Amino acid sequence: MSKQIHRRTVLKAAMAGAGLIGAGPLLSARPAKAAPEELTMLSWYGHAEPDAVAEFEEVNNVRIKKKYYVGGDQMLALLAQSPPGTYDVILTDREYVEQLVAADMIERLSPEDYPFDDFFPEFQKFPGHWMGDDLYSVMIRFGYLGLSYNTAVLTEKDAMSYAVMWDDKVKGRVGHFDWHLPNFGVVSQFDGNADPFDLSDDRWQAVQDRVFSLKPQVAGYFDYGGVLSSLRSGEVAAIPGIGDWITGVLQRDGATVATAIPEEGGLMWAESLSIGKGSRRPDLAQRFIQYMTSPAGQVRTAKLQAYPALLPTEGGWKALQASDPDEAARQGMVASGPNAMDLLRNGRIKPRALPVRQSLEAWNDAWSRYKNL
Amino acid sequence: MLSVTNRSPGAVLSATAVSRGTVPRFARLIYPLAWATPMAAWQTLFFVVPLGFLIVLTFWKVENYRLVAALDPVNWIAVYGTPYFWSVYLRTCAMAAGAAALISLIAFPCAYFLAFHLDKGARRLAVLLLITPFFTSYLVRVYTWQAFLGDNGLINAALQGAGREPVAMLNTVFGTFVGYATLCLPLVVLLQFMSLVNIDRSLIEAARNLRCPPWRTVWAVIVPSARVGLVLGATFAFILTFGDFVSPTYLGGGNPPTLGILITDFTKAGNQWPRAAVVAVTMVTTLILVAFFAVRFAYKTRRRSHG
Repeated sequence: MSKQIHRRTVLKAAMAGAGLIGAGPLLSARPAKAAPEELTMLSWYGHAEPDAVAEFEEVNNVRIKKKYYVGGDQMLALLAQSPPGTYDVILTDREYVEQLVAADMIERLSPEDYPFDDFFPEFQKFPGHWMGDDLYSVMIRFGYLGLSYNTAVLTEKDAMSYAVMWDDKVKGRVGHFDWHLPNFGVVSQFDGNADPFDLSDDRWQAVQDRVFSLKPQVAGYFDYGGVLSSLRSGEVAAIPGIGDWITGVLQRDGATVATAIPEEGGLMWAESLSIGKGSRRPDLAQRFIQYMTSPAGQVRTAKLQAYPALLPTEGGWKALQASDPDEAARQGMVASGPNAMDLLRNGRIKPRALPVRQSLEAWNDAWSRYKNL
Repeated sequence: MLSVTNRSPGAVLSATAVSRGTVPRFARLIYPLAWATPMAAWQTLFFVVPLGFLIVLTFWKVENYRLVAALDPVNWIAVYGTPYFWSVYLRTCAMAAGAAALISLIAFPCAYFLAFHLDKGARRLAVLLLITPFFTSYLVRVYTWQAFLGDNGLINAALQGAGREPVAMLNTVFGTFVGYATLCLPLVVLLQFMSLVNIDRSLIEAARNLRCPPWRTVWAVIVPSARVGLVLGATFAFILTFGDFVSPTYLGGGNPPTLGILITDFTKAGNQWPRAAVVAVTMVTTLILVAFFAVRFAYKTRRRSHG
């Protein structure tokens, strides 16, 4: 008897379960709006968070499915390991676009689809995003890398030369963002190389020697989180090769940090959007890029929670000045007086790039040796 | 009455004898096999197979950031041919050995006190307290240390309050060792305690009766009797700290780097998983050797006491 009851209960439960499963599609078909379309995106952290894309998702009834990477190498590895069409939109640093084109991982774009007239002249045909006359990637934001410092330890005047890193004031308090490219890049500028990444073997050796001589000053080699916490706590007083993308975040929290672009020069990073090869939703991907280069999208990316950035479009600057004059002033995106474009225009800023005459592996190897001195 | 109690063991014995006679041989094998299989299966599935894959991976190549199956010794040559690999290797060995020795030394007085000077109730409470650190993730505990060890951290604030100069602790080897102790100390105390508490007390009493001074009793009687626990504790400390990535990174500032950090360097730069695998296989081999010799030493028969 008890067995039968048991069996009956099980049967009932099973039938109820089957009923629910059967009703599932009916129920989900009921909402007034159609199910949102999905757009897959591969990017640095933060670019698919609600503060950046909520409006686009709402207006276009899209859900962005994101995959974040840490570093261009990991991005290339992820793309190499997934079938074509996995990612509709790819956000990359400028220096990796060329590699994506060479590996046939992104689609060629039509320039007329994007508002290049609104871009500052410097960015209308930005090297790295174009291969000859072919466009592959559309710039959405950029920023400068120089010397970030604790304003309680160093003055702005101190930070106007990378030489201060060797000063006793910051002995044991120089930190490094653990990536060879920006570190060697700014020291190469300090060494007087006009093109910091195009070095003869002698010049490259000199840059290595210069970096290696910094070792007694070094507190540590940090990842993104480590850079934030060590700068914030005051543990580290100077970090070369980073910029407002770190100190801007800390300033929002009231930390006493700033970034200077020293007299010897600074680097520029630029992030751009591409459409993945074999994308199943190229039109939607295109609409997304159009949104991010429109004034509304530009304001959002300038103030991105994860890390702020400068804008390459005049429309973006105007919209930011109108909607958030404080942030526009903080970042120097102002209509009159000295502004963020001046540094680029007077030649103090060089784009961050991959080494021209040495292999990436050689630079990386030198960085590992430096860490192990 | 007597006859009954006398008979029953005999009856049990004969019953087993009968069952042994009748149950087929293979069925008798099933019982121990049933107990041993899950462990063997687990070890094969989650240790031997991945280790095999790791070894295979060391011979693969990376072409355009893509792993390509190959049988090429290039990664072994590249890694073993890098001078800094060997300095990192030796440094990591030295740091793990130092941590094992230091943590064992710190743990011993604590374990000794728990084993010989506390009553049962207090001991139970102490053991419970030693387990509580494991309730919180190791990473969280290490991050908490940053608030204590920083230049403007709690310890330095206290020092400055007392009119002393601040001391650099975070992003130093000292910081790394604080993290190592956070990872291992409770475990090492527990292992030492379990060995100490099981020492035959009559040995200690005998030493006392023979007027052995207290220090010598510890050295000549207690330490040798608790050797298994002491050696296992140190071995665990070595194994855990040798492979640790968290403390050298978040308390040592990655300066100087250890093998764990070197592995992440290889994977970050050019997607060099095969080279990272070379480092990993070297580490696993080192740990297997250390564990083998440590266990042999721990369970070595004591010739002197027997002969």
